[in-house]
Amino acid sequence: MKATRDAFGQALLELGRENANVVALTADLGESVKTGAFAKEFPARFFQMGIAEANMVDVAAGMATVGKIPFATTFAIFGTGRAWESVRNTVGYPKLNVKIACTHSGLGVGEDGASHQALEDVAVMRVIPGMTVVVPADYPSAYKATKAVAAHVGPCYLRLGRPSVKVVYEKEFDFTIGKANLLRDGSDIAFVANGPCLAFALEAADELAKQGVKAAVADFHTVKPLDVDTLVRLAERCKRIVTCEEHNVIGGLGSACAEALAKKRPTPMRMVGTQDTFGESGKYQDLWKKYGIDAAGILKAARELL
Amino acid sequence: MPNLTAPLKTDLQNAARKLRRLVVQSLAKAASGHPGGSLGMADVFTALFFGGFVRHDPKNPHWAQRDRVVLSNGHICPILYATLAARGYFPEAWLDSLRQVDSHLQGHPALNKTPGVEMSTGSLGHGIATAVGMALALRLDRSDSRVYALMGDGELQEGLCWEAFMAAAHYRLSNLVVIIDRNDAQIDGKTTEIMNIDPLDQKLASFGFQVITVDGHSFESLFDALNAAQSAVDRPVALIANTVMGKGVSFMEKEGHKWHGKAPSTEQATLALKEIGA
Repeated sequence: MKATRDAFGQALLELGRENANVVALTADLGESVKTGAFAKEFPARFFQMGIAEANMVDVAAGMATVGKIPFATTFAIFGTGRAWESVRNTVGYPKLNVKIACTHSGLGVGEDGASHQALEDVAVMRVIPGMTVVVPADYPSAYKATKAVAAHVGPCYLRLGRPSVKVVYEKEFDFTIGKANLLRDGSDIAFVANGPCLAFALEAADELAKQGVKAAVADFHTVKPLDVDTLVRLAERCKRIVTCEEHNVIGGLGSACAEALAKKRPTPMRMVGTQDTFGESGKYQDLWKKYGIDAAGILKAARELL
Repeated sequence: MPNLTAPLKTDLQNAARKLRRLVVQSLAKAASGHPGGSLGMADVFTALFFGGFVRHDPKNPHWAQRDRVVLSNGHICPILYATLAARGYFPEAWLDSLRQVDSHLQGHPALNKTPGVEMSTGSLGHGIATAVGMALALRLDRSDSRVYALMGDGELQEGLCWEAFMAAAHYRLSNLVVIIDRNDAQIDGKTTEIMNIDPLDQKLASFGFQVITVDGHSFESLFDALNAAQSAVDRPVALIANTVMGKGVSFMEKEGHKWHGKAPSTEQATLALKEIGA
């Protein structure tokens, strides 16, 4: 059990060593977003910007025009919400090489409650033309995702979480932006998941296997550009799709898949995620359970289709 | 340090006249856009780009050692475009396509569409914040390039400007020069009446800026201030440039904020060009 934000901190530190153009900015949340190790080793390339997220993103954009590869870090609610128009107008529109790297996404924030639980960040980032949106599931993939967004030239949103989550990728694996990873093949139903939901989808698939139902499980860590080829292949083979995300079902992974399938191969779907509602305070495990973002919620959705 | 000799002053007056002509012509042709601030800042643009202050190479717009000029109040881009065209960044004929479909010259500056434009701006407050980022990155690279951020006074009502000012002072960005177009006019009326930003000099000074108030239509005043800004050591510099909206065209000067965002008709443009006399 490890947090994706810790993987980000480690990868960022290594990126600092690998590339002198990598810089990091934060908005008074350095400890939480795990920029500490980078800041300690590269103090001149670390920029504390105070509690001013819109300005932080714009400053990052200005740095990108001078050839820097800035990681602008804060909580998802601020980096994509408070600073949305900065991201849209000064990162997205001029296509600048800025990485919006946000932790504390989704219900995983827990006790802080709905004001801090970003459940629409993927939607509002995805809608910006040219924005790459990556939602890694666990420590190893978040580590590789951080390296991948740094290597990708162009605006990226990297969505990270606060809680420790199960490690899904235990063996060597490939992480390519825009390429889904099929973790388990199946023919009866496909679980298209990302973030912490990937582990829940595998759990749900185990449960179904006991009943002789073969569920495919794919990690759609990149919501944009979506791996439409893999999605269509899954739809053709399994005929039923359940999307699983720690995000509002409006505008996130589920919507992205529905948009693609409606054009390429209309398929019966269910979408696991928050159902157009805000979150609340509580332990994140309790919140995931209450809002159906767990194996039980995925099984319930699957049974509606089977 | 640029020195304002008598022949240079004559050249600058001619250059400013030409820029004003190009602004009026391009706006009349576009039949939309923002003449008031564009004409009001013509002398500042002239001093920067024709007076020897901005280090740049029109044939090599991405030259790493160039100074950066960011137009934070992007709506007055007709004067930026006129200046860039007159300095040879692109053909003056492009000015005829302002605001038309498929044009290099968007209604507000766009980074990837126009040579010489340093940042996409228009939504107010963002340009200054990106200028702070440029200044920080240039200093990190040990570059002696300077960043000039041009802003409107109405723009300062956006809170983001003050976030950026705070950061500029915190990081002691002596390579950043902010020039504020103080014409006391915005779309709905006088800035002092819509949402007062005064006392602007005291506000900027308390934020950590070296503040210089200048006559934005006097080359003597502008040269003194821009030269002083070049020797800033431990803090950013803010020039409050007192200007007149629509400067150079009497009927616009008279009506002030009404010419913030209204293009002159063909007849009005003819009158204006006659007055400008370029």
